[in-house]
Amino acid sequence: MSIIVNKDTKIIVQGLTGKTGTFHTEQALAYYGTQMVAGVHPKKGGTNWTGTVAGEEKSLPIYASVKEAKEATGANASVVYVPPAGAGAAIIEAIEAEIPFIVCITEGIPVADMVKVKARLEKSNSRLLGPNCPGILTPEECKIGIMPGSIFKKGSVGIVSRSGTLTYEAVFQTTQEGLGQTTAVGIGGDPVKGTEFIDVLDQFLDDPATETIIMIGEIGGSAEEEAAEWLKEQAAKGRKKPMVGFIAGRTAPPGRTMGHAGAVISGGKGGAEDKIAAMEAAGIAVSPSPAKLGKTLVELLAKA
Amino acid sequence: MNIHEYQAKAVLKEYGAPVAEGVAIFSADEAEAAAKSLPGPLWVVKSQIHAGGRGKGKFKELPADAKGGVRLAFNLDEVTSHAKEMLGNTLVTAQTGDAGKVVNRLYIEDGADIDRELYLSLLVDRTCGQVAFVASTEGGMDIEEVAHATPEKILTLPIDPVEGVTAGKASTLCDTLKLEGEAREDGMKLFPILYKAFVEKDMALLEINPLIVMENGRLRVLDSKVSFDGNALFRHEDIVALRDKTEEDAKEIEASKHDLAYVALDGSIGCMVNGAGLAMATMDIIKLYGAEPANFLDVGGGATTEKVTAAFKIITSDPNVKGILVNIFGGIMRCDVIAEGVLAAVKEVGLQVPLVVRLEGTNVELGKKIINESGLNVIPADDLDDAAQKIVAAVKEAA
Repeated sequence: MSIIVNKDTKIIVQGLTGKTGTFHTEQALAYYGTQMVAGVHPKKGGTNWTGTVAGEEKSLPIYASVKEAKEATGANASVVYVPPAGAGAAIIEAIEAEIPFIVCITEGIPVADMVKVKARLEKSNSRLLGPNCPGILTPEECKIGIMPGSIFKKGSVGIVSRSGTLTYEAVFQTTQEGLGQTTAVGIGGDPVKGTEFIDVLDQFLDDPATETIIMIGEIGGSAEEEAAEWLKEQAAKGRKKPMVGFIAGRTAPPGRTMGHAGAVISGGKGGAEDKIAAMEAAGIAVSPSPAKLGKTLVELLAKA
Repeated sequence: MNIHEYQAKAVLKEYGAPVAEGVAIFSADEAEAAAKSLPGPLWVVKSQIHAGGRGKGKFKELPADAKGGVRLAFNLDEVTSHAKEMLGNTLVTAQTGDAGKVVNRLYIEDGADIDRELYLSLLVDRTCGQVAFVASTEGGMDIEEVAHATPEKILTLPIDPVEGVTAGKASTLCDTLKLEGEAREDGMKLFPILYKAFVEKDMALLEINPLIVMENGRLRVLDSKVSFDGNALFRHEDIVALRDKTEEDAKEIEASKHDLAYVALDGSIGCMVNGAGLAMATMDIIKLYGAEPANFLDVGGGATTEKVTAAFKIITSDPNVKGILVNIFGGIMRCDVIAEGVLAAVKEVGLQVPLVVRLEGTNVELGKKIINESGLNVIPADDLDDAAQKIVAAVKEAA
C-alpha cells in the first residue's frame, strides 16, 4: 500500500515542452513505467512530445488545455513545471478542470499568486502538493516530480518533508537501514501552499503498510507545531505510529530568508527550538542530526 | 527586497494614504532648502537605513549623549546642524548589529502633533494563506514585545482575496484602534487603500508603526516600513529601481547575480550545499560539532561548473572563512559532475583553507574517485556527520 499515488495514477504534464518538463518526464517514464499520459501547451495542442526513455524514443500527445487532456486520457493527476510567472494560472487551470491531484514543482511563484490559488483551491475538490516541492514518489509504482528514483526501496516508512534534499537524506538512510518507504511526500518550502503536514500524516496513519513515519520540518511558520498538536489529539484517540522528526534551521538568524521563501523566523515566531519542543511533546523522536534519521528510527523500533 | 522609509511613503502616497510632506536629501547642503519647502514650524530629520529602532539608535562617531537617528528640529539651523551630524556617520540600532549602518540619506519631514500612536501592518498570514491586517492600539513600540506581554491587544484580521476589505472588516479595524469621528472616516478610507497597495505591488510586509491620530483628529502614516516579495519583482520595474545596493552585503549581491541563495553569517566554516533544507541542516550540524557556519549557500538543483566556481569565489572572498564544507546530495544531479565542478573551481580560485567534500547519490563512487585522484588537498567524507566532524577538526588543527 501507499498514499495518494500508485501504479494506477495517470498524470498529465503542464509545462512538458520545456527543458525541465522534458527531463523529468523522461525520468518518470523510466521509473517503473509511471503513467505519464499527456502534456499540455496552449499553443501546441495536436502536436506530439518526444523524449528518450531507456534509449528508446517515446512520444506523448500534447493538448491545448488541461480539460482536453483530462477528457482524452482519463488523467487523475497533473504535474506543473510551468515557469513562475505563469505557474499560478496553470494550477488554477488544473483546479478548474477538476484534476483531483495537482503537484507543482515550480520554485519562485509570487506569494500573491498563491493566495489566489489557495482561495480557488478551497472551493474545489482538488488536492494541491507544493509549489516549490520535489513531488511525491511511491516506490516501484509512481514518481511525480524530481525525486531521484534510484535511492528508493519499497518498504514501511512514510516520509513527509518541507525540504527536497532532506527528503532524499531520509529516503536514502531508510533504504540503507533496509526499511524502505511506502511513499515520500515533499510538501514544499513556500509560505502559502497546498498540502500541509497534517493532510499527509492523516493518510500515513490510515495506511496499513506505513508502520513508521519520518517528518522533516524547517524554520518559519507554525505548521510543525500545528501538526504536533494534531498528532497528540490523534494519539489520545489511539491513532499513533512511531515517528522520527528533524527540524532544519536551528542556527538560522532571525529575519533572514534561508533559501526557501517560507524559511524565515519573523516576529519572534517560527524558530527551530519551539518546533522541536512541540514535536517532542507529541512523542516524536527528534534527531539532532540530519545524518541520523535512519539510525534514530531503528533505535526507536528496537526500544518498542 | 527592502526599501527606505521615504520611498515607502512615496508609494503609499500614490495610493492616496495620508503621509506628511517630506524631502529626501543626500548631503547637508540640501537640508535648508528641503526644510524651507515644507510648512514647518516643526521638522523631523530621519536617518534612512534599512533597519528599525532608528530613534533609539546611537551614532558610533558621536559622543554617547548625542541624539539618535531620528531628531526633531524647531528651526532651519537645527535642521542643518542635525543633517551635518548624521550624514556619513554610522548608526547602531537594535536591528543593525554592532557594526551599524552608515547613514547616506536623510528624510526631512514636516512635523506632526501626536495625540495617539497606533500599530498597523499587513502581511501574508501563512496559516490561512491570505493577506492579513495586524492592528493594535499599542503603537510606537516594538510589536514583538506587545505580542509577548499583552497578546490580547493585537488583532490579526485575514482578508478574503475575493471580497477584499469589506466595510465590515474596515469597521472592525476602526473599533480595534478605537478610531472616532474624522479619524474613523480616515481609517475607513485608509484600510482598503493599504490593502490595494499591498496586493498590487506584491508587498511582503507593510508596517506602519506608528499610525497616528493627530491633535486635529486626523490619521497620518508617521513611519512606514515596506518590503517586497522577491519572486514578484519581475513585474515591478518601478520597485526594482528603488533598490539601494549600499544597504546589501556585497557577497549577497554577487550571489544573486549567479542565482545562488546566499546569506552571510559570522562563523568560520564556509558551506556549499544543494537544497535549502540541507543547507540549513549543514549549518546546524557544524554548530552541533562546536563551530559556527560562515554562510548559508544553496547552489540549487541544477548546479553547473560555472555556478560552483562562483559559489567558491564568494565563500573564499570572506576573510573569516577558515575551512570549507561541500555537502551535495546528488539526486537527479550526478556526483561525478559535481566533483568535476568542485575541482575546476578549486583550480581556478585556489585553495588556502581545508576543504571537506561529502558526496552522496547518483554516481557517488565515480565522484569520489575523481576527488581522490585529483591530487588536490581535499578531505573526503562519507556522510554528513563525518563531514561536519572532519571540517571542524581540520579548522581547529589549522588554527
